[in-house]
Amino acid sequence: MRLTLQEVEHIAELARLELTPQEKERFCEQLSTILDYAARLQEIDTRSIQPTYSVTRGEGRLREDEPAIGLSLEALLKNAPQIMHGQFRLPPVLE
Amino acid sequence: MTLEESIHALRTGRVSSTELTRAYLEQITSLEPEIHAFISLTPELALQQAQEADRRWSDWRKAPSQPPPLLLGLPLVVKDVLCVADVPCTCGSRILENFRPPYHATAVQRLLDAGMVLLGKTNTDEFAMGSSTENSAYGVTHNPWDVQRVPGGSSGGSAAAVSAHMAPLALGTDTGGSVRQPAAYCGVTGIKPTYGRVSRYGLVAFGSSLDVVGVFGREARDVARALVLISGQDPRDATSSALPPPQVDFDHSPTQALHGLKVGIPEEYFSAGLQPEVRQAVEQAISQLQDLGAQLQTVHLPHTSYALPVYYLIAPAEASANLARYDGVRFGQRAESETIAELFFRTRGRYFGAEVKRRIMLGTYALSAGYYQAYYGQAQKVRTLIREDFARAFTALDILAAPVTPTTAFPIGEHADDPLAMYMEDALTLPANLAGIPALAFPVGFDAKGLPIGMQIMASHFNEPLLFRVAHAYQQVTDWHTRLPAILSRG
Repeated sequence: MRLTLQEVEHIAELARLELTPQEKERFCEQLSTILDYAARLQEIDTRSIQPTYSVTRGEGRLREDEPAIGLSLEALLKNAPQIMHGQFRLPPVLE
Repeated sequence: MTLEESIHALRTGRVSSTELTRAYLEQITSLEPEIHAFISLTPELALQQAQEADRRWSDWRKAPSQPPPLLLGLPLVVKDVLCVADVPCTCGSRILENFRPPYHATAVQRLLDAGMVLLGKTNTDEFAMGSSTENSAYGVTHNPWDVQRVPGGSSGGSAAAVSAHMAPLALGTDTGGSVRQPAAYCGVTGIKPTYGRVSRYGLVAFGSSLDVVGVFGREARDVARALVLISGQDPRDATSSALPPPQVDFDHSPTQALHGLKVGIPEEYFSAGLQPEVRQAVEQAISQLQDLGAQLQTVHLPHTSYALPVYYLIAPAEASANLARYDGVRFGQRAESETIAELFFRTRGRYFGAEVKRRIMLGTYALSAGYYQAYYGQAQKVRTLIREDFARAFTALDILAAPVTPTTAFPIGEHADDPLAMYMEDALTLPANLAGIPALAFPVGFDAKGLPIGMQIMASHFNEPLLFRVAHAYQQVTDWHTRLPAILSRG
């Protein structure tokens, strides 16, 4: 199975990833090779098998939701590419 | 000096932490141009922390009460995917080039609380995605045993640093083999703990159902000393286990330690692709365990060969979700744009490297409508079968012993254009991650080119103490772990 250029473009759209024409071409080929390899999983009859989402099933617990002092606003904004009035600055979302 | 000798020297005051720290920093200065194990160095911070450790030691010597922590004043290096407050954390990616986390990862916090001294952050494949440390935006790390070859990955910087004696201990992470494979390639000892044994808080997420923080050292005992400190529940990681840290003691003689131990030899790990010297060295090591009193038994883990396709669907799927946060909004690099959509697409397109993009694409595909059941869903079910293979084996056996990698370290550039060939490097390490069990890698010989060979032993969940006991027994009767790369004996 070979992924088409349209399929690769669709996945890149879902992943919010700008790709160059060369990258798209390369991914058509490489992803196809990898997915072909992964197709061997279809050999196994898993109709009666439960999926494993976590290996510590039942172990994970949630902590009490108690108010506590977190990081300061200053610490949180320190790494921002652009800030304005103590907030993250971005291009317009709606025109 | 070995770690034990350093611990002793600090305790008796024969050496200060400042002297020890300076000695390691000098070693880094002399070898870093050839090895390139680090993304950033923190010498000023290290010397400050060393002074503080010296003060604590001298206070204790004046008024001995409760002994200070065992690793007080000992140097440490940390893979650059674990946060250290106010020190750059790049994850080997351009997208995090200027990122300085505002907090410590829990594992780091616990070692700093114990008085360890941070020398720097080590190189890694971008977001820990790779098996060679070639996929770093900050250059390739070289294997101290042969600088033309890779150190393995993704924790290649940490493994190379310990191997080249640039640090006595290092933190790494293991999502699909990223501690054990570089440990094997660099001739050091490394543990991938049980999933949940160590908090993942402050570890930049890659595959959240697989990621664990691990430790590198020159021998099993060193690794255990650090693992004990970083283990244990953390309110900031809901998947961290409530079990107390592992109790490890090294008081047994090798024959006491191994008496009656049931060792399984999983046939699927010794298949045709294995380099003959790797097979020979691992078989030799297993027969040494037998000489010390272990009982050997062949065992089948029939779904082993499916681990590779299962992993390369599940890990990219989880990664594609985890890496959605790199959007140029709150931290990291931003590509300037007119609209918000353009900002997301451009930032991610420009600042992610090729392997990261490939995995995001693969993971997004595996999770997308119409393919979810066939790929991701099926992979999660086969993961159950892999887990059950191990569970069955451990009803009758204490540990499993197997090679870490099919070959020794490969030349830099060898797999550059063939991602699938690179993925194959992980075939023997992935199953332990999918099952969440602990595995310890340690050196058991060398090939004809003088490159180290590693063996891994695996146990059931939370059985790390047994792994340490076995490896320590082996290391008491062998000297592979004490061999030095030629680069260290040079003038």
